[in-house]
Amino acid sequence: MIGFILTRAAQSAFVLLVMSFIIYVLLGLMPGDPIDLMIGADPNVTAADIARLKALQGLDQPLLDRYGAWLANALEGDFGYSRLFSKPVLEVLRPRLLNSLILMAVSLALALMVAIPAGIHAARRPGSWTDQAINLLCFAGVSVPPFWLALLLILLFAVSLGALPASGMQTIGDGGLLDRIRYMILPILTLSAAGIAGYTRHTRAAMIEVLREDYIRTARAKGLAERRVVWRHALRNALLPVVTIAALDFGSLFSGALITETMFSWLGMGKTIYDAVMGNDYNLALVGLLLATGVTLIANILADIAYAWLDPRISYRVERGS
Amino acid sequence: MSLSTAQPGANPRSGGSTAWRRFRRHRLAVVSLWVLALLFAVVVSAPALEVMLGLDADAVNLFARMAPPGAAHWLGTDELGRDLLLRLLHGGRVSLLVGFTAAVAAAVIGATLGLISGYFGGRVDAIVMRFADGVISLPLLPLLIVLAAIDPGKLGLPEEISGSQSFSLYRIVVIIALVGWPTVARLVRAATLSLRQREFVLVALAQGFGPARIMFRHILPNTASPILVATTLTVGNVILFESVLSFLGLGIQPPMPSWGNMLTGAQDLISEAPALALWPGTLIFLTVISFNLLGDGLQAALDPRSRRVG
Repeated sequence: MIGFILTRAAQSAFVLLVMSFIIYVLLGLMPGDPIDLMIGADPNVTAADIARLKALQGLDQPLLDRYGAWLANALEGDFGYSRLFSKPVLEVLRPRLLNSLILMAVSLALALMVAIPAGIHAARRPGSWTDQAINLLCFAGVSVPPFWLALLLILLFAVSLGALPASGMQTIGDGGLLDRIRYMILPILTLSAAGIAGYTRHTRAAMIEVLREDYIRTARAKGLAERRVVWRHALRNALLPVVTIAALDFGSLFSGALITETMFSWLGMGKTIYDAVMGNDYNLALVGLLLATGVTLIANILADIAYAWLDPRISYRVERGS
Repeated sequence: MSLSTAQPGANPRSGGSTAWRRFRRHRLAVVSLWVLALLFAVVVSAPALEVMLGLDADAVNLFARMAPPGAAHWLGTDELGRDLLLRLLHGGRVSLLVGFTAAVAAAVIGATLGLISGYFGGRVDAIVMRFADGVISLPLLPLLIVLAAIDPGKLGLPEEISGSQSFSLYRIVVIIALVGWPTVARLVRAATLSLRQREFVLVALAQGFGPARIMFRHILPNTASPILVATTLTVGNVILFESVLSFLGLGIQPPMPSWGNMLTGAQDLISEAPALALWPGTLIFLTVISFNLLGDGLQAALDPRSRRVG
């Protein structure tokens, strides 16, 4: 087991390293130039000054050398300054990562809490009208553009009913727990919609499969109540693939969070990455993207471990997917 | 089993009429097909409608901003006084064009990689599939935003290409195809793995055909069903991705309309002109859900084994 975890961690570290290089190169291809941004339109700056500044910043070096220098600094914990915030990058990102994780964790929990009962309900009566209605709702959930769902929720709850705030994280001067929760409701509804749809379909499929197993027939033959058969014997085994998929799906949760945060001005990682890319804040964008990738990779490892640990039929020496 | 499994008609699963009958039983898929056909017809006839109404889709009229629906403008006008209906139809042309092109491009990449991966197996297979896993599991949207923000001039593209009106269209097709291929690749790989052991492939091998010929002439035609299903589902996803990127200002660039970028300004105007937010979004939703239901119906029709109980 330890060996398995170490192998997966080493693989992920390698992926992260490759991604850091790819993102570094891509950010270098974005419009604009750090020196141009630094000097603005100052007419007193001469071409010689620009060359001197470039040499000072190391921008005259070849790409690989620059990346090597960045990596060396990064490994020592120095990730540079954010241009937009005039603060060290990590100082900007730390509270925002926390904000994102809160948003994603609550949305994921809500999605599973709705999806598992809905999926079970559909699986117990395949082909019934409730099953078909749930199925259609699931199709709607994966087909609705998330930003448009956010617009509709704002239109309904903020503009028409005036019941909830349209954007932001707290009322200035208030900021109590209840106030913050009011600001969280719409972002969480937006973010959990796609998850609810996806997990319901997976729960239904897994449940239908499990309910056909011999041990379910045995449990029923013993005369156990149907409720107990479904919720204790079947659910335990059906839950495994669902939870694994939820963890493996962390990357798309991050993508959803980017849209949700941008729509609702929620100060999280997704909005920060978007603002950094749009505002030519190279350091912030680079570290933000790597952090997002890293968190996703960790979630994937946890999913693998949980899968190997919970299901005795899976040997953790066997590579997943092969 | 004999050699005849390779011939169409001998295999009951490849019978077109059985598949069609199964497809027609999936009522939602049939409705979706009609919705998409109607949408396609309306969108294609946009220029004719433009002439008929005597309007220009790009004509800005700041004196008629956000006009309500009326005889002159059937759905009213947008924040710059342009006719909303014509903008929607032209936006639909762009969104559907991007959806089809990017999905087909992704299918070509995915089918090729899936064939190679499944046919050769071993290390090639491991590398391609790890790559596919990676593309699927990474936080895609943040990475796509960086790809979309790249300055084409720094890639050495000449000005006449990067500065042209339709450049943003090509760019989004390329970007989405780059991340859309794994679904098709996985399905084709799985099909190739089982087809590789079939007699008609072994016969082709015995005849001394090279791997390229066997893959593309003998195996590929037999993977048509999963490719068709996956591509249909991909069209819907591509339209979603295009709308998100265009909404964020990184996809189709105005003044060229797309359903996504028509919503960009809608958030600020949502209390004054909710119709501007409702129409493009409804059309995206309707199109994407139709493609998804159509894909579901095709899967049920072409691959009955995959059909879940119900």
